Amino acid sequence: MSILGLTARRLAKASVVETRLFSTTSRFQAEPLQKPNPDEPSKKPTLQSYTIDLNQTGPMILDALIKIKNEVDPTLTFRRSCREGICGSCAMNINGQNTLACLCRIDRDTAKDSKIYPLPHMYIVKDLVPDLTQFYKQYKSIEPYLQNDNPPEKGEFLQTQEDRRKLDGLYECILCACCSTSCPSYWWNQDEYLGPATLMQAYRWIADSRDANGAKRKELLQNEMSMYRCHTIFNCARTCPKGLNPAAAIAKIKLELAAD
Amino acid sequence: MLTARTLGLAPSLRQATFGAARNNASKILPRSAITIRSVQTQPLKPEDGITILNKQRLQRPSSPHFTIYQPQLTWIGSIFNRVTGVSLTVLLYGFSIAYLVAPGTFDSTHVIEYVAGLPDAVKYAGKFVLALPFTFHSFNGLRHLGWDMGRFVTLKGAYSTGYAVLGATGLSTLYLTFFQ
Repeated sequence: MSILGLTARRLAKASVVETRLFSTTSRFQAEPLQKPNPDEPSKKPTLQSYTIDLNQTGPMILDALIKIKNEVDPTLTFRRSCREGICGSCAMNINGQNTLACLCRIDRDTAKDSKIYPLPHMYIVKDLVPDLTQFYKQYKSIEPYLQNDNPPEKGEFLQTQEDRRKLDGLYECILCACCSTSCPSYWWNQDEYLGPATLMQAYRWIADSRDANGAKRKELLQNEMSMYRCHTIFNCARTCPKGLNPAAAIAKIKLELAAD
Repeated sequence: MLTARTLGLAPSLRQATFGAARNNASKILPRSAITIRSVQTQPLKPEDGITILNKQRLQRPSSPHFTIYQPQLTWIGSIFNRVTGVSLTVLLYGFSIAYLVAPGTFDSTHVIEYVAGLPDAVKYAGKFVLALPFTFHSFNGLRHLGWDMGRFVTLKGAYSTGYAVLGATGLSTLYLTFFQ
């Protein structure tokens, strides 16, 4: 809003970010704008635009959101915590791609608005906050912890360097849900299909040489819906803010199941 | 004082002590009167919480998905693969069932005679419309076979094979449309 008092020349230099909140109806509504709000559930959610001076803002989308919340609209609701891409809280759809707001730079081109929606095809609690209950339940369902009834007599489970390397690219997942909510299969079947994030973690434990329950873990995926809704679309690998590849992990599970 | 500062209490404590020292007690008294809560609260049983939450959950809107997602070769290609597969299936089954129902009308001889009578533009358009989904679906099927064998399962692999499929589809569609 500070930009309103600036001269035209200054205005040309100052960059503008326009944040559009999610809408299920028209994108440019002139009437009083309403975001998804649990207090007024009968109102249809619409988009809201904000204009801020980018010369007074940090470089990332999260900085812009925090600035808007601090200075323009304190009701704007979003999750954030670490602001450095390790907590996975600020996952949202920015300019059409799911990513972490804290790792996404603001486009300095003033001609373009930044469009921000919550993660796609999720139930929305408020504004940019999706309900991740189902996502976490799915993660819990694969029993994401070491299972081995025969612990070594002395000390801890040991692993060769080669076996340890198999977990690289799997354990780094921060469960931000960017990949699962970018997956068209997950959009249409998220009640039964586990989704890329959960499946990659399923493989993380199948691939672990210290885990003894690999056969049981694979058996849980041996049905039409849990994993085979993956059609190798690669939206997951394309969108992952950590650069991981859930599609490859799922392909490896498929290969192992085919060899069973 | 150090603890008070870390807790963020320092300013209010200072105000309270200095205010009292300046015999300004009248300024503090109304403050304590204001602290009576104007908001009424209702006691809730723990199980009521989940009832309220479930009521909210029923009314939550769903966020937009394919309308706002950036068009990428990955998922647009996948959707096109599905669409071409469905349309080719419909064509195959449609023609087969039509032949079953009316064998005199839908046999090869009649179809060839009918097509031969059409103007050239319609012939080429028809060949293009048939060749494009057929070639795309075939080449993309090979790509999927590669993936199922564990090949090209990197992002780079997905994109290079994707562009290769598009190129092969374009060339073979042109060939089938104009040189066959």
